[in-house]
Amino acid sequence: MRFPPWLLSDRAGLVLLAVLAILGIGVPVLNLLVPPDHPLHLTAYTVTLLGKYLCYALLAVSIDLVWGYMGILSLGHAAFFALGGYCFGMYLMRQIGTRGVYGDPVLPDFMVFLNWSKLPWYWHGFDNFGFAALMVLVVPGLLAFVFGWFAFRSRVSGVYLSIITQALTYALMLAFFRNEMGFGGNNGLTDFKDVLGFPLHADGTRIVLFVLSALALAGGYLLCRWLVSTRMGRVLVAIRDSEDRARFLGYRVERVKALVFTLSAMLAAVAGALYVPQVGIINPGEFAPLNSIEAVIWVAVGGRGTLVGAVIGAVLVNYAKTWLTGALPEVWLFALGGLFVAVTVLLPYGLIGLLRRREKAA
Amino acid sequence: MSELISELDAVGLHTPVEPVDATHGILLYLEEVSVSFDGFKAIDKLSLYIGDGELRCIIGPNGAGKTTMMDIITGKTKPDSGRVFFGQTIDLLKLDEPAIARIGIGRKFQKPTVIEPLTVLENLELAMSGAKRLRGLLSTRLSGEERDRIGAVLERVGLSEHGGRRAGILAHGQKQWLEIGMLLMQEPRLLLVDEPVAGMTPAEMERTAELLRSLAGAHSVVVVEHDMGFVRSIADQVTVLHQGRVLAEGRLDELQVDPTVIEVYLGAGDAYH
Amino acid sequence: MVSRTSFRAGLTGLALLLLTLFAASSVRAADDDALRTLLMQLREADFTEKATLIETLVNMDHPRIAAILGALPESRLYYQEEGDRMVIALGDDAEIAIEDAITGQPLGQVIKRDLDRVRVNNHLRSLIEDRLASLGLSSADPGKRRAAVDAFLRNPKPEGAARLKARLEVESDKKIQELLTAALALVDLASPDPAVRVQAAKALGGWTQPEIRGPLLRVAAEDSDATVREAAKAALAKTEFRLQMLGWAETLFFGLSLGSVLILAAIGLAVTFGVMGVINMAHGELMMLGAYTTWLTQQYLPVNWSLPVAVPLAFLVAALVGIAIERSVIRFLYGRPLETLLATFGISLILQQLVRSIFSPLNRSVATPDWMSGTILLGPLEVTLNRLVIIGFCIAVFALLWLALQRTRLGLEVRAVAQNRAMAKAMGVRSARVDALTFGLGSGIAGVAGVALSQLTNVGPNLGQNYIVDSFMVVVFGGVGNLWGTMVAGLSLGVANKLLEPWSGAVLAKILVLVFLILFIQKRPRGLFPQRGRAAEV
Repeated sequence: MRFPPWLLSDRAGLVLLAVLAILGIGVPVLNLLVPPDHPLHLTAYTVTLLGKYLCYALLAVSIDLVWGYMGILSLGHAAFFALGGYCFGMYLMRQIGTRGVYGDPVLPDFMVFLNWSKLPWYWHGFDNFGFAALMVLVVPGLLAFVFGWFAFRSRVSGVYLSIITQALTYALMLAFFRNEMGFGGNNGLTDFKDVLGFPLHADGTRIVLFVLSALALAGGYLLCRWLVSTRMGRVLVAIRDSEDRARFLGYRVERVKALVFTLSAMLAAVAGALYVPQVGIINPGEFAPLNSIEAVIWVAVGGRGTLVGAVIGAVLVNYAKTWLTGALPEVWLFALGGLFVAVTVLLPYGLIGLLRRREKAA
Repeated sequence: MSELISELDAVGLHTPVEPVDATHGILLYLEEVSVSFDGFKAIDKLSLYIGDGELRCIIGPNGAGKTTMMDIITGKTKPDSGRVFFGQTIDLLKLDEPAIARIGIGRKFQKPTVIEPLTVLENLELAMSGAKRLRGLLSTRLSGEERDRIGAVLERVGLSEHGGRRAGILAHGQKQWLEIGMLLMQEPRLLLVDEPVAGMTPAEMERTAELLRSLAGAHSVVVVEHDMGFVRSIADQVTVLHQGRVLAEGRLDELQVDPTVIEVYLGAGDAYH
Repeated sequence: MVSRTSFRAGLTGLALLLLTLFAASSVRAADDDALRTLLMQLREADFTEKATLIETLVNMDHPRIAAILGALPESRLYYQEEGDRMVIALGDDAEIAIEDAITGQPLGQVIKRDLDRVRVNNHLRSLIEDRLASLGLSSADPGKRRAAVDAFLRNPKPEGAARLKARLEVESDKKIQELLTAALALVDLASPDPAVRVQAAKALGGWTQPEIRGPLLRVAAEDSDATVREAAKAALAKTEFRLQMLGWAETLFFGLSLGSVLILAAIGLAVTFGVMGVINMAHGELMMLGAYTTWLTQQYLPVNWSLPVAVPLAFLVAALVGIAIERSVIRFLYGRPLETLLATFGISLILQQLVRSIFSPLNRSVATPDWMSGTILLGPLEVTLNRLVIIGFCIAVFALLWLALQRTRLGLEVRAVAQNRAMAKAMGVRSARVDALTFGLGSGIAGVAGVALSQLTNVGPNLGQNYIVDSFMVVVFGGVGNLWGTMVAGLSLGVANKLLEPWSGAVLAKILVLVFLILFIQKRPRGLFPQRGRAAEV
């Protein structure tokens, strides 16, 4: 197999892919083949945690594509993540069948609880895996396209765009909190049993989900890397640095933006769809503006406009979060807040930028 | 129909280019164009004709409406009234910026605007006409013919040795030339050049004048400039704008003795500074 | 004591009136004996009989009626075996002073055990209360007269009509005249003559009280005469219209009050965002600091005095924190708005956690001063005082800010920097100082907004988060850099929200407004009142 030149020249990307390959093979081995009492054994908890990080990393990559390369700071990307999650959650919900508390073969528990007599129209079809998987891409993609189409066409940009993306996710959060929406309100979707017939709590299923997350991240990374290596990538940079120049060169800036924004939203949605079966729940809290903005800071920490930086940032910050919220819960928000300030003021190009500067100095 | 095709094509990069019809020898028509911002008439019944292959200089004090005029031609600002035609047939007021760029009008900004993180080559590649269709956009390498076109333009603007350098580290004058080079990659019929020699050394100015003169003929070139020495060195035909109108038109040495022009530049002109 | 005296005076007045004007009416001046007989009967009657007796008592014309009716519900009317007379106790101790119920003559101290109480139940108490109120009809205090008519409305009895008519003849207060007319019409509504009922129904149109609307509704549905039913329906239509108008007025008021809150939250932002182009995501947290300052003030000062102190204090606290933020972080990020947004978001997280660590994550309750609690009548509309105060406060803050920007040297410099930073610098404006002070000003206003918010919502670490999206929407909707735009935007969003709420519910209303704004910004990215021309292109 021959690597195309755009990939060969991407050293950091190759390292990332290698690491993902090692994880994709090593984690299953350490979890399934190493006996539980062995010190090298990975618990199901750790596998799920790592899988979660990989989903977050994919979300970060999707944000980096629009922010780092196209200059659009979306403060609402977690909305696409959550929508993807909800679409897949609906499939998982339908799979519960009669095993719910109320034992209704069609209606999920919360609908029975709300005294609904039949399934709302938009829940139909989600018992089919293929349809649900398609919706994971279509629903967030459509929202992103329509939103982006209107926003970019009327030349909403910069902080205005950031604020309305935040308003978008905020509005969605409020909407999903409502019981009448038919997505479980406050509690969201949970109590999942199995996916495609495989029980979610089984080690094997978890491992498969983990490997799928690693593959999705690798695939998402490759897609983005390829895109920014094409001429389209240079158009994105032109749009970021001088939108007018790009326009006067004859590019339909708003359409390019809408398309790439949609692609990015779909990547975020895939991440969300993989995230839900691993953590076992999706609720409106995922739409909280803080989630989106936290994801942006992962990208900033790693170094935006590098794609690899997004992955590094997502994993590092989330590892720190897991560790700090466990050990010193009060400190976490101080640390996160401080990170926002420190990265923007001191490290505008993130860790990757720091590494590059070192390299150049050496 | 062309509208439909352009709507169907999501990126919108495939817009059929209508050939410009300059059979009457005039490439650009501005007739009775007016635009005002908050009651201030930036352009006031301006009429201007640019011949095919002509090199025209436009001068005028600050606030005369030079940049606004360029904004109108390139579709950035829509006038309140008037007609703007490219050749006999193309109504520019019906087109937006990218469409205007693609039918063959290139614009250089006052402040050199090149994409700094990209190399000189990549900047030119970005500007290349024909590269803007989706398939061209998604390729990662250049064809031999494209390479030749870029090489030719590089040579023309004198940046052959800098092809691989990042545009951001070029000298100020080199950035200006790169931007003109990007315009040339668009293969335009009309080039609008806003203050090309601001901040240039005399040697750089000389080279720029040469470059612009060499472009005339194959292209029409409209240069907005403050530097009278430079204007003298390039243009045969000069238009003086004042308060959004054409004050005078003619050869520079004629204009310099025109009492109304002197009044604007030396008399009322002082009020602007 | 006071009330009893005034009752007595009122009653004397009534007696005189009745004597002079209606000597031949059914209400006769009763003598002491008749009263005595009645009271004796009252002592022995069961509760049903007592009710009838009380009705008679009320319509008796005797100077002591008010005193007796005042004592009865408080169980201070007694029978004294020694002397075989009815007495009124003047206290409730074991040993109490008494007076003769009929003459009012003091009878000295007795031991309570020696007295025999006239018992009443709650039904009788409310009956008496009603009747007492109707006695207030001739009070010199218009409020009491009004209450008396209201009491009559609650329990209209044809017997009382004569008294109302009498009062109507001499009543000078226009409002009470109208109310009396309505009350009389309500009595007429039960008249056997359909023509009278039609007239009555007509007169009752537009009265929104349930006491009037209820009977009217009944007549409209059940009256035997079709013309009466029609008249009642027409009258009800008038009432409905009035109710609707009142409903709209109320919605408008709630909208204005919400709008004021939005404006308070947004104008500080309009200053920092509009003037400096800085997105301050910690703006909400500065409001939170203002709210906590209010809470702290109340820990040391009496509630009624706390707010006037809290306002300047909150301004100062928030302004100082704001200046600190500007000097330590934001000034390194000018010209990079997206980074500023992220950094200030980080600061907002730090401030939230700081408050959580110092004051606990629980909500603090901030007390409302007496002078801000309760309701007040604004024309026909009953409004809560605290909301009214906040509307006024918002206007005051807005006016002060406007004056500060238009009339002070700093304001001039701020406007200069906002329009053209480079030029202002060249003219000798120290832009770094102006930036810091502008940011301080915007932040201080956030603090002041926090004081107002503390009177409306729970004060907790998340207070600011709930307002940040809204206040940005207001600024952007109004047009950046335009204070009046912010005002119009805040008010219209507030009113729109409240208009939508009745048919969509609060959450959906909020979502709809957000969606509208998202669409609006896409249609007009520069807001309602855009700044135009060259400066806006930057």
